[in-house]
Amino acid sequence: MDLAKHWRLRHARYRLEGQRNRFTGEVRFPPAPPLPGEREDIWEPYILKGRGRVYSFSVVRQPPEGFEDQPPYLVALVRLDEGPMVTAQLTDCDLDQVAIDMPVEMVTRRLRDLGPTGLIVYGYKFRPIVS
Amino acid sequence: MRRVYIIGTGATPVGEHWDRSPASLAIEALTGALGSIPASRIGALYVASALSGTLHTQSQMAALIATAAGIPGVEAVTIEAGGASGGVALRQACLAVAAGAVDLAMVVGVEKVTDVLDARREAALALATDVDWEAVHGVTLTALWALLMRRYMHEYGYSADDFAPFPINAHANGVANPRAMYRFAITAEKVRNAPMVAEPLGLLDCSTAADGAAAVLIASEGLAHELCATPVRIAGSATATDTLALHSRPDPLWFQAAAHSAASALRMARLTHSDVQVFDVTDPHGIAAALALESSGFAKRGTAVALAREGAITPKGRLPLATGGGCKARGDVVGANGVYQIVELVAQLRGQAGVVQVNGARVALAQCMGGIGVTVATHILTLE
Amino acid sequence: MMKPERPVGITGYGVYIPRFRIAAREIARIWDGTSGTPVDSKSVPGPDEDTITMSIEAARNALARAHITPDRLSAVWVGSESHPYSVKPSGTLVAEALGATPWVSTADWEFACKAGSEALTAAMGMVGSGMAEYVLAIGADTAQGRPGDALEYTAAAGAAALIVGPAMDAVAVIEGTTSYVTDTPDFFRRADTAYPVHGHRFTGEPAYFGTVRSAAEKLLRDLGAKPSDFTYAVFHQPNTRFPQTVARQLGFTPQQIAPGLLSPKIGNAYSAAALLGLCAILDVAQPGDTIFVTTYGSGAGSDAYALRVTDALPERRERAPLTAAYLARETFVDYAVYVKWRGKLVME
Repeated sequence: MDLAKHWRLRHARYRLEGQRNRFTGEVRFPPAPPLPGEREDIWEPYILKGRGRVYSFSVVRQPPEGFEDQPPYLVALVRLDEGPMVTAQLTDCDLDQVAIDMPVEMVTRRLRDLGPTGLIVYGYKFRPIVS
Repeated sequence: MRRVYIIGTGATPVGEHWDRSPASLAIEALTGALGSIPASRIGALYVASALSGTLHTQSQMAALIATAAGIPGVEAVTIEAGGASGGVALRQACLAVAAGAVDLAMVVGVEKVTDVLDARREAALALATDVDWEAVHGVTLTALWALLMRRYMHEYGYSADDFAPFPINAHANGVANPRAMYRFAITAEKVRNAPMVAEPLGLLDCSTAADGAAAVLIASEGLAHELCATPVRIAGSATATDTLALHSRPDPLWFQAAAHSAASALRMARLTHSDVQVFDVTDPHGIAAALALESSGFAKRGTAVALAREGAITPKGRLPLATGGGCKARGDVVGANGVYQIVELVAQLRGQAGVVQVNGARVALAQCMGGIGVTVATHILTLE
Repeated sequence: MMKPERPVGITGYGVYIPRFRIAAREIARIWDGTSGTPVDSKSVPGPDEDTITMSIEAARNALARAHITPDRLSAVWVGSESHPYSVKPSGTLVAEALGATPWVSTADWEFACKAGSEALTAAMGMVGSGMAEYVLAIGADTAQGRPGDALEYTAAAGAAALIVGPAMDAVAVIEGTTSYVTDTPDFFRRADTAYPVHGHRFTGEPAYFGTVRSAAEKLLRDLGAKPSDFTYAVFHQPNTRFPQTVARQLGFTPQQIAPGLLSPKIGNAYSAAALLGLCAILDVAQPGDTIFVTTYGSGAGSDAYALRVTDALPERRERAPLTAAYLARETFVDYAVYVKWRGKLVME
């Protein structure tokens, strides 16, 4: 059923919540547990602004199981303004519209549908900025 | 630590083996590697398989194969490290023999991918990405390679066409390999006109996942010379890892694990980059080969594609690559690739590679990779 | 007229309209719509969109305009007839995505096309009583019409989010509301069916027109106001003609309803329809302007509201995309793509 697996990641998935270092201000995404020996309180939850630029992109035409109804879909590495890079789909974006360095913004969308007896998995995607 | 040698190799043809089980493939390869040596002399069995748990839905594959080989009771362990499984299994065998724990170790790489349909196979392969932060977005390994290819093109000013020499070389070499899945040559025009799989990657720059098994028999120095006329030494052996997710790395176009494992293996072999005469790397796409060569120190950054264009990767070039056809023409046997590499490079060092023979090859490098540069195993083979 | 003791208003608003459209003539091409079409085009949600995703984006825009941290919301309420789950609230997911959890009341509201305004009226009470400082009321839908049915031309998608807070912090003060409800079966959808049933001309008089007029006339009467006292007016817009007709019946001019009349281009966004119109008016209104809003939900009922724009609006509306930005990014799809995305292909 994969219920808990998706549930425990909801903050990062739904609202791009990563972590910020209380001392250096460094922002990281995705959030991670403290390293062995690292103080628990060094990293605090931090919601990233959701703006960034396309580092690279591709189009998935041979999808994995669970994504058969989506192709062709755009996937990208996005360099967020705060520094971290994330992997995500681009949405509301034509295949010939995207380019490296294109500014994008985060939206929360359906990532996949686990069927009539399963969850709808929601999470971040990116799209060209709506001004 | 004792010196470690390869004294036997075996492999099945790579392809769609509809009528055969993983055990059947494994036993054919294992039998070939044993030659006239009885299976009962195997001290430990290392089975590499990336997908047996997810596609064949069988865990403890090593016990299954030990039983099929008629040696139930032997120490047998299954190794899973994605596409690096074969190299990592070989590394474990080397450690066991070098440490003196066993004198004879068998490494078998086996993959059976055709029992499921495409989408399920793509999903299983994508398990080598970070499932929570990559695969959940519908990203495939092919798509991640495509992202790297596009960025590489952007950084260094190449076109997609510039990568064609990699699959062209792989297919040209595959013609000579009786075990290769695709034994025909392809042209730049065909590569260019192939349908897209994940832009900018076209169909003819994408390997095909296929069934197959390969095996190598590892022996201690004393036993190697007793049992084999032309033992090949494993002079260097190293594995390293990087972050599971590509996006977590400061520079996605640099494979730190490849750099580390190549440097460690060369250091262990007391050899330098210029000593290596023939290569095999995980090369499902041209970009994969290019980044492996660059990260391992065999080409300056941004130059591997230019070198390929100039013919350096052909059997007559400076960096002969994929002489057995590579992932593209031999067929991509995922967790078994790392063992097939050894089988093909041993043939090179023994001068048995026929028309793809690299003249005077005495030092070979095999490098296999799990995921996108996540786990990398590098081995240096030498002829003494 | 209902009005809380503590004055309340809208402190933040936001919209969302999907980028995709289908032209009514494209639907008519398939279904022989020779008798004219009720709208020019309608919005179509993309394959990764639903009431939850659209609610989240509209609400993020509303929060940006309200300029409050999400933890200050005491309630997140989502009104819709197309909640993705039958059982499992949309509100919890929306609240989680906004960062409003866990100390927040959430609920899903249902009243056909006025589920969003039900939430708005309740929000007035919650804030007006002093129980809450800020309450988020959302109307959102991805409506479906049976292929070939008249409703298919109009059943559209969109979301509007309104944050209700103290009047002193508002971009528009709500001066009062009326709610008029009767049991009128003009339109309904039974549980576990995909498409609604409607009563054709019965949905006009007495349902839509009678109900909207009743709520609107009562509010005008209680306020001692006449239509010409308002700068703008907006009515629930199931098509182009109904809101134009009811406005004329009540004495409002075409100029008063023009900025809020979105249905010709995006169709009927159901729970979001009238609220989207209100937001589009807030995008252009000036301090001191007055706005008359009447929603409608089949079943049937109508909520009417009178609002007065404050000095805070001009600066605050710039903090999020205007309705016009969403209307401008229109990408037309053909009937085949529409059918694929909207789950009208039998796949198994």
